[in-house]
Amino acid sequence: MTRVEIVSKTKEFLSEEFEVSEEVIVDEANLQETLDLDSLDYVDLVVIIEENFGFKVQQNDFAEISTFADFYDYVETKVQ
Amino acid sequence: MKRVVITGIGIYSSLGIDKEEVKDSLFKGKSGIVFDAKRKDIGFRSALTGMVKEPDLKGLLDRRQRKSMAEQCNYAFVSSNEALTQANIDLDFLSQNEMGIIFGNDSSSKAVIESVDGVRAKKDTTLLGSGSIFQAMNCTVTMNLSTIFKLRGINMTLSAACASGSHSVGMGYILIRNGYQDMVMCGGAQEINPNAMASFDGISAFSTNESNPTKASKPFDRDRDGLVPGGGAATLILESLESAEKRGADIIAEVVGYGFSSNGEHISNPNLDGQVRSLEMALKQAEMLPKDIDYINAHATSTPVGDTFEAQAIHKVFGSQTPVTSTKSMTGHECWMAGASELVYSMIMMKHGFIAPNINFENPDEFSKKINIFADTEERTLRTILSNSFGFGGTNSSVIITTYD
Repeated sequence: MTRVEIVSKTKEFLSEEFEVSEEVIVDEANLQETLDLDSLDYVDLVVIIEENFGFKVQQNDFAEISTFADFYDYVETKVQ
Repeated sequence: MKRVVITGIGIYSSLGIDKEEVKDSLFKGKSGIVFDAKRKDIGFRSALTGMVKEPDLKGLLDRRQRKSMAEQCNYAFVSSNEALTQANIDLDFLSQNEMGIIFGNDSSSKAVIESVDGVRAKKDTTLLGSGSIFQAMNCTVTMNLSTIFKLRGINMTLSAACASGSHSVGMGYILIRNGYQDMVMCGGAQEINPNAMASFDGISAFSTNESNPTKASKPFDRDRDGLVPGGGAATLILESLESAEKRGADIIAEVVGYGFSSNGEHISNPNLDGQVRSLEMALKQAEMLPKDIDYINAHATSTPVGDTFEAQAIHKVFGSQTPVTSTKSMTGHECWMAGASELVYSMIMMKHGFIAPNINFENPDEFSKKINIFADTEERTLRTILSNSFGFGGTNSSVIITTYD
């Protein structure tokens, strides 16, 4: 899966799940603040990532993910 | 002791999505019962059910709120919104004033089944998502509504089988009457999905008159062959008279009596003594005589045994003159919600001056012929009504409400 495909797919499922515009999901934006995530939302984030990319994120891994760009980097390491 | 009044009611059922629609259905004797073919595919003996539309709450509630709500919570949100609006109570008011919540609910089967199926398929509980636990707990309705409406008083679910909704009103009444709360949101909610009703169908309690769904529920009729399940939600805003007057609220009715009892016998069969004690306790509480009751909204579910006992209990306490109908002839048995919804139906009748018909009542049996069952809509003034609810385990509840003067 290419980076472009990862970004496109991520924008699509995150905007639908967390009910935000795809336009606010930009590389440098903070993932937690943009999606307004609380601890329960992270549970749903794990589920939706597993459904879309086929791997399960360990909760600890989120500590290393600040921006959407960080997230795409992380996904790239998992799907390649 | 404080007087307890009702300042808001809301309803979401197979008879309509608000009071206006429901009023029309009640007056016309319109049934909400359908044949739900998918029940046959999964092994149901009877595919009959009261049908309720799934409300679309997107735009009304945010994602986090909706995620935690089981099917019956969605219905209860709509009915509660309608009740609060009528009571002229908004979120600003609730942030400044304490309201409690007691709702009748006795299952959340769909959510439980989906979570178990999910973990069996994924073999990983953390892939169930965040909403599962909050949907699957029996207190799902009160847990969610108290959060959404910022309720800060008593907060609990009451599980008492098919008398749950009625007891919720009774308990709200006791709390306000004794000064513990000024306002309590009471009600009942009932999921209608097939999974919720599979085990009930399994004891052959349901009518199998599938060729004629709207004729299947026939409480008190000689040829009844079982109940039809239904559902939705109903909400009543109970309030002390002082609180209602202080707010300048319109008062719909007053709760004046609550009787209850337990049969202490069979788990599913009713008995006469328990029902009679519940009726007599409600009258005593209300300081009323049987002749003071203008209308009885019966529990009668259309089962051969259950209706027989209720007809006898009504005859023993009230004699043969008091008008009686079972709105379950139109709604089917709304189970956990029934006690609350039937009080709402009765208040709609009080407001509009009619008694809704006991449709499909064509031939009485030896017991129902002794009481005054109305098969057709009757226009008349109702000042005081009594609503009966009985449930598995022998739990009985009778609530009396009257117009407020």
